[in-house]
Amino acid sequence: MAKEFKRKDGRKPTELRKIVAKVGVIPNADGSAMFAFGDTVAIAAVYGPRLLHPKHMEDPTKCILRVNYDLLPFSVHDRKKPGPSRRSQEISKVTEWALSPVVDLKSFPNTVIDVQIYIIQADAGTRTAGINAASMALAHAGIPMKNLVCSVAVGKLDKNLVVDLTKEEEDFEEGEGSTDFAIARIANTDEFTLLQFDGKVQPELINDLISLSDNACKEIYEAQKKALKEIIK
Amino acid sequence: MKKVKENKINEEITEQEISSEEYEHAKRKPVIPGEIIVSGEDYLPGDGTRREGNDIVANRFGLAEESGRVIKVIALTGAFIPRRGNVVLGRVTDITFHGWIIDIGSASQAFLPIEESPKFVSKAEMDQFIAIGDIVAAKIWGVKSKGIDLTLKGKGLGKLEGGFVFHTNPNRVPRIIGKEGSMINLIKENTSSNITVGQNGWIWIKADSVDNQIKARKAIEFVVEKVHIEGLTEKMEEWFRNYK
Repeated sequence: MAKEFKRKDGRKPTELRKIVAKVGVIPNADGSAMFAFGDTVAIAAVYGPRLLHPKHMEDPTKCILRVNYDLLPFSVHDRKKPGPSRRSQEISKVTEWALSPVVDLKSFPNTVIDVQIYIIQADAGTRTAGINAASMALAHAGIPMKNLVCSVAVGKLDKNLVVDLTKEEEDFEEGEGSTDFAIARIANTDEFTLLQFDGKVQPELINDLISLSDNACKEIYEAQKKALKEIIK
Repeated sequence: MKKVKENKINEEITEQEISSEEYEHAKRKPVIPGEIIVSGEDYLPGDGTRREGNDIVANRFGLAEESGRVIKVIALTGAFIPRRGNVVLGRVTDITFHGWIIDIGSASQAFLPIEESPKFVSKAEMDQFIAIGDIVAAKIWGVKSKGIDLTLKGKGLGKLEGGFVFHTNPNRVPRIIGKEGSMINLIKENTSSNITVGQNGWIWIKADSVDNQIKARKAIEFVVEKVHIEGLTEKMEEWFRNYK
């Protein structure tokens, strides 16, 4: 590529939006965190391990991870109708799957760990911001974990591969259009816990797209690490 | 059989006292899950850590501490995880045929069998000994997947009458107690109150006056806030001098 692709907000193709990470934002919870990619802001609260209701959901071999993801009504331009939707239920489920491989669920049989993720401002990449926040909140809640989970969206605008798309970029329609690929991986490894693809891409480009998340996840991991260590002065 | 059980509980208490002392040790650093604490075959993984090849890796978020060859992670945040030998405070939620069900604020319910009361209690008059809503100080003698078993046999255990109970972060309890109970004794002396601290973060205070009760609670809340500061006992003494 001779000329470097310029994005609308002036970022380089592999540049993330400004990351803000904070831990302990909800004093009432056992663990909590905030994670923001530019204008996308997610907060997560973790409660538990605690008693599980309804009782029939209890698993005597392990703890249940129960994730609830939702957009707040004022997080988007047109008011989002409160309450669970088909979309939020799907994202809750994939977030649960993205997080459960790192959490040591075997230590607390018959109990539940509740993870609440709320998006207070949405500008694309909400599920990835939510996973990053939830992974920090789980660590903050003192739950035994293998590692942190880092998540980022990569994508393609016309013929250019980019990371961390904004809503405006997601709606890009010129040329080959826009592709959105949400990725979550266990920090510092090549183990993936979430791969969600939306759009079109040439099969030979998929590996290039995934490898874009290498550096992005490193950057996210450093932000998460810094935020967690900051609360121990 | 009973004897053996009691001996085990006594062992656990001494272990607990040591761990509050260890809180004062130096050489600690914050770690996050998955972070390598030290490398080398010489080290042994303790609480909150695991071995991965040549490295000792943190399993949870907290402060990593080296005590000899053993590396462990001290928890700073999170819910109370019950352990055998912990003294906890709880509120009676129900009375069954065999004993009392007690809420100790943890993931599973706690059960206090009628045989574990220090004196004989008739099954017909259980609510006259401990009624629903009462606060008790009890010791955990067993943690199973379905629940926690409690006992009232031991010094300072039993129903707590009068005073009031409040909750704090259970991870701060070692600091509230201090080295060999130095901090809690300082607060007790300065407020002439009676305080029982449960490992679950529930604290019971009873003093001769309401003012002293409030003073004791404020003092404990001061300790909880200033958890990472060195020489906290001196700071506490100063706090009492300035308290109006």
